[in-house]
Amino acid sequence: MKKAEEIFELIKSGFPGVTVELSADMPTEPIISVDPLKVHEICKFLRDNEDCKFDSLMNLSGVDDANGEKIKEEDDSEIIKGGTLSVYYHLHSMSLNHKITLRASAPRENPEVESVDNVWKAADWHEREAYDMCGIKFLNHYDLRRILMPYDWEDGSYPLRKDYKNPEFYNGMKVPY
Amino acid sequence: MALRTEELILNVGPQHPSTHGVLRLEVELEGELVVKVKPHIGYLHRCFEKHAEAMTYPQVIPYTDRMDYLASMYNNFGYVIAVEKLMGIEVPERVEYIRVIMGELQRIASHMVALGTYGLDLGAFTPFLYLFRDREKILTMFEMTCGARLLYNYMWVGGLSHDLHPDFVRLAREFIQYFRPNIVELNNLLTYNKIFIERTAHIGILPADTAINYGITGPMLRASGVNWDLRKNDTYSIYNRFDFDIPVGQGHMGTVGDCWDRYYVRVLEMEQSMRILEQALDQLPEGDINSALPKRIKPPVGTVYQRVENPKGELGYFIISDGSLNPFRVKVRGPSFVNLSVINELSRGHLIADLIAILGSIDIVLGEIDR
Amino acid sequence: MGLLDKEFSDGNIVIAKTEDLFNWARLSSLWQLSFGLACCAIEMMATSASHYDFDRFGVMPRPTPRQADVIIISGTVTLKMATRIKRLYEQMPDPKYIISMGSCANCGGPYWEHGYHVLKGVDRIIPVDVYVPGCPPRPEALLEGLLKLQEKIKNESLRTKTA
Repeated sequence: MKKAEEIFELIKSGFPGVTVELSADMPTEPIISVDPLKVHEICKFLRDNEDCKFDSLMNLSGVDDANGEKIKEEDDSEIIKGGTLSVYYHLHSMSLNHKITLRASAPRENPEVESVDNVWKAADWHEREAYDMCGIKFLNHYDLRRILMPYDWEDGSYPLRKDYKNPEFYNGMKVPY
Repeated sequence: MALRTEELILNVGPQHPSTHGVLRLEVELEGELVVKVKPHIGYLHRCFEKHAEAMTYPQVIPYTDRMDYLASMYNNFGYVIAVEKLMGIEVPERVEYIRVIMGELQRIASHMVALGTYGLDLGAFTPFLYLFRDREKILTMFEMTCGARLLYNYMWVGGLSHDLHPDFVRLAREFIQYFRPNIVELNNLLTYNKIFIERTAHIGILPADTAINYGITGPMLRASGVNWDLRKNDTYSIYNRFDFDIPVGQGHMGTVGDCWDRYYVRVLEMEQSMRILEQALDQLPEGDINSALPKRIKPPVGTVYQRVENPKGELGYFIISDGSLNPFRVKVRGPSFVNLSVINELSRGHLIADLIAILGSIDIVLGEIDR
Repeated sequence: MGLLDKEFSDGNIVIAKTEDLFNWARLSSLWQLSFGLACCAIEMMATSASHYDFDRFGVMPRPTPRQADVIIISGTVTLKMATRIKRLYEQMPDPKYIISMGSCANCGGPYWEHGYHVLKGVDRIIPVDVYVPGCPPRPEALLEGLLKLQEKIKNESLRTKTA
């Protein structure tokens, strides 16, 4: 059983030169921010390290942080430029019974995060969902397709982005009420 | 000239009697043997997460009902304790007890549907009718408490929508008395039925390490021999006050982690739920259920990941709050979503008929897979 | 029921209009396409199961559209599913009937505003005979919807399909 602070120190000493940050000021859970292009390595380390043994990925969520510049369009809708999209990883160790939260933030214009699906198989569908909903691209994922939305849904249209606009028609069917 | 052979692609669903909803499986076959299963999901994607962002915290509760519609009480349960954790609300004792009672009754009802339809998939029609008859009794109890049969909106942040009906405790006790012998009947009818055992033993074996790597939880993980139940291992609400066992698969009829084990773990869990129910009904304190209801639900900035043991497995709510009245992001980790992803691993090398047995033993609910 | 009200007096001969005979036959054995979509499907299952027993109205689940008379749209129709439902409907032989069960199938239900992937009412793709309101409708409501459909079939004329 280890605390998030101790695990943070382990990652820090295991990966010198890689930016990791601990934000413990949140009222509920401390979050460790990691470099999106080093996620795979760090996760593999966390799974195999004797003191961590994070053998299961509880949850992986894609989040639109909506922290960029909000630009008003002519039709009164907003688009967001800049800022980040984040992926949250909730890890848990069944043998040592401790858990941590990781966050990898990537720039909105080119959201690339390394895939962890060969560390935990559970990540496969979760990553496809994050791609489908928020448009986060997972590098080295073997089969990154849409999962919930139809395969022929408009490219570049990701419903859970905060500036998402609903299309008027899909395959001849009216979408709005 | 040699005969040319090729793999056959078979499409199961989205309209198929044994897919438990609108799941589509693309199956690659070599003769009768399954080479690969590719699930296609999303046919019931109802945009829960978008709705959660557009609604206030209490308004999200009815939408959580509609995710796993066989275990709506438990979906409410997970969501409200997540928000309560975010806001730091302590709920009264009576509320905690009523939540546990409702949750366990819901677990029994959900397992009844799982077992009944599993029998149906394998050709046994009668257990389905028997279990639905008994399920009506639970639904009647829910209905007299909150007025709905299936989707309740019963648990609120900080309390409940209604107190128990004066008759509820008596009815619940009567139900336990009534249902115990019916489990024996179910065992005689289906569990130890020779045809049923032939169809399920040694089929779809899931080893424990694969299960953990895939993130499998709930009865499926326990059937693989892993003693893991969030009610005990990461306890929430007041589950640490009750005395109950965690049934694990032991391979009585075949190998540990086969379809029969997954089925039987659910049967045993119903018995354990009734044990919790008995204790909770005995200890149920008096009190005001509305004393902790907040006037305004506006949690501070922060994140929370709360998981509960839903009848299907680990149901997790990841909520990000930006300090406003609406959640900034709600991500749901549905147990069926994760459990279904292992189906390719389970059914490789089995016959096409066994695929149906394997799919039924996972106990999926499409409303929660697609959300 | 139109036909059997006539007394069986002597000779066991019943005289009725062909229309009445056909309509009576149709309405007394409506085979339902066994097809569930969402939450309402569970209530539909409960209606078919022991307590409510759909079978006493001659409704029996039939898993193939080619031998089904009535399709109960029980739940939310999503855009991904809509084309499949249309295909199922087209595969059913005439005369065919549709019961739209629950608010989602009627008009989008609770998903009408933000449901970017929800079809707001199944009547945008296929014609509906009976709407059953509720979220989800109780089994009694579905039974009532079926009785309404039977009433509709009873008054059908052979020359023009009204239902």
